[in-house]
Amino acid sequence: MNETVLRVTSNKKIALNTYLMKLDGDCSAVTVPGQFVNISLSGFYLRRPISVCDYTSDSVTLIYKVVGGGTALMSELQPGAKLNVLTGLGNGYDDTLSGGRPLLVGGGAGVPPLYSLAKKLTAQGKKVMIILGFNTADEVFGEEEFRETGAEVFLTTVDGSAGTKGFVTDVMKELDYTYFYTCGPMPMLRAVDGIAVTDGQFSFEERMGCGFGACMGCSCKTKYGYKRICRDGPVLKREEIVW
Amino acid sequence: MVTSVELCGIKIDNPVIPASGTFGYGYEFAEFYDINKLGTFSFKGTTREPRFGNETPRIAECASGMLNAVGLQNPGVESVINNELPKLKNVFSKPVMANVSGFSIEDYVYTCARLDGQEQVGWIEVNISCPNVHGAGMSFGTDAESAAQVTRAVKEVTDKPVIIKLSPKVTNIARIASACEDAGADGISLINTLLGMKIDLKTRRPLLANKTGGLSGPAVKPVALRMVYQVFEAVSIPIVGMGGIASAEDVIEFMLAGATAVEVGAQNLIDPYACPRIIDDLPQIMQKYGIDDLSEIIGGAH
Ligand SMILES: Cc1cc2nc3c(=O)[nH]c(=O)nc-3n(C[C@H](O)[C@H](O)[C@H](O)COP(=O)(O)OP(=O)(O)OC[C@H]3O[C@@H](n4cnc5c(N)ncnc54)[C@H](O)[C@@H]3O)c2cc1C
Ligand SMILES: Cc1cc2nc3c(=O)[nH]c(=O)nc-3n(C[C@H](O)[C@H](O)[C@H](O)COP(=O)(O)O)c2cc1C
Ligand code: FES
Repeated sequence: MNETVLRVTSNKKIALNTYLMKLDGDCSAVTVPGQFVNISLSGFYLRRPISVCDYTSDSVTLIYKVVGGGTALMSELQPGAKLNVLTGLGNGYDDTLSGGRPLLVGGGAGVPPLYSLAKKLTAQGKKVMIILGFNTADEVFGEEEFRETGAEVFLTTVDGSAGTKGFVTDVMKELDYTYFYTCGPMPMLRAVDGIAVTDGQFSFEERMGCGFGACMGCSCKTKYGYKRICRDGPVLKREEIVW
Repeated sequence: MVTSVELCGIKIDNPVIPASGTFGYGYEFAEFYDINKLGTFSFKGTTREPRFGNETPRIAECASGMLNAVGLQNPGVESVINNELPKLKNVFSKPVMANVSGFSIEDYVYTCARLDGQEQVGWIEVNISCPNVHGAGMSFGTDAESAAQVTRAVKEVTDKPVIIKLSPKVTNIARIASACEDAGADGISLINTLLGMKIDLKTRRPLLANKTGGLSGPAVKPVALRMVYQVFEAVSIPIVGMGGIASAEDVIEFMLAGATAVEVGAQNLIDPYACPRIIDDLPQIMQKYGIDDLSEIIGGAH
């Protein structure tokens, strides 16, 4: 982990209430897909945790949904704006367990961290499948970008306005996969756990005080004792999770 | 320029001490900087038995501060002695302040006696904001007599300096501080968090799973400063002041009110470099206000 000042290079709306922000600066602490950054925003006391969607050693891409004051302020930032950011937080996904046909399952604002994971797994020659779940067509993003990684993309919307009508699990139960990685709202994670037929990894959200393991604000119980979502997570393995 | 101060017989290089609960057992921060730069630090509130604490959400943001309802999550005193202190030894060579919590006098006595034997421990800071299980959930810190009882009991089992950490949820803080001094306390630290709440408009329910949480950060600073000022007039033992400290100026303000040293809490969470920054800024700010030796300004506002 590292504290650094990053510069906004672009910040664009890509779907309903959803923005893609690119930042430049020292991002060398980001080393694993599924890690997050914690952003200081002027006028807000606590930092805002956002997953890293894509990264290089000197840039990160974030995709965020406007849900309150902090993310609304982010959406107004112009290129050139500088942000104090803690980078390289959390454990990220363990790609070594994927097997030959990993399945990625993302819901809404949980889709972004799966992008760099998809890139990494396809680069390893894995046959990657990804299910993207949204409520409605206006919210959909990332379909093309995931396809470009070489992954096979399945799109679902709850109201059927784009892709298959229904939930991610409706598609998931038809697929043949060796392992799975998922991130999304809690009800979706539970549903995925309910029907999954292999081991897998889940990325969780929790309200955070620090984001780097010091305050015990984000603890959860696991089969192997308590863990901090910000430091021992946000990714937990299926077998350790206490639902 | 002299930044060192003497806290209950132990000299510390500077008066800046990360506050309990915001610094873990030290090594998370040792990844950011050399923590030997600190005066000392107060480790996470430790209890006799391991505690998981409250359900989440445990954290809520508010204007100029935060609410926390962590619920004293800690691995218990045996694990602190067997695991945390040995790990700390690799990254911190100064005496550490051991923060202790309990739910009965026996709890406090047990935990303090165990920590008394640890050479890494310099001071014992006793958090008396916890509810007394034998007292209808009333906190030890809200009543002068129970505060004095804890102090007396703990003093009997340790030779280390005992600093009693007061709760601000009282009508007369000076009275509680005096009662602790009379019972043998070597120092007083204050303030612990104030009690607050946040309601989620979408769910129409309190946001924290525990419903209420402790308020800290700049929002509490004026209250904390006033209390340090009042306690300074009531006792002659050293005071460790805290509540919303975020800058070298804040440190000087608390020392003028009567603090010998200060603790920095929530600021560590939003800025992991808060304490080294404050320490680096101190000489310059001292110069600005014509201070050569920090010890000389203690209580200077009276
Ligand atoms: C590890 C992690 C990764 C995340 N990745 C993304 C992402 O890639 N894209 C995205 O759109 N969102 C992501 N989130 C959620 C994002 O942090 C919140 O939406 C954001 O903090 C809301 O801030 P706000 O000021 O707009 O909302 P407000 O509701 O006004 O925020 C008030 C406080 O609550 C906290 N908070 C509110 N919602 C959440 C939440 N869901 N999780 C954690 N804290 C919350 C805020 O950080 C702030 O401290 C992630 C959360 C975590 C924990
Ligand atoms: C997340 C968090 C956890 C805390 N845990 C403890 C604790 O275990 N024991 C204790 O005595 N005080 C605890 N405190 C209180 C702080 O030590 C300090 O008294 C208070 O936060 C006021 O200082 P601040 O405004 O600088 O944060 C905690 C505070 C926070 C924010
Ligand atoms: S948010 Fe502080 S420990 Fe996880």
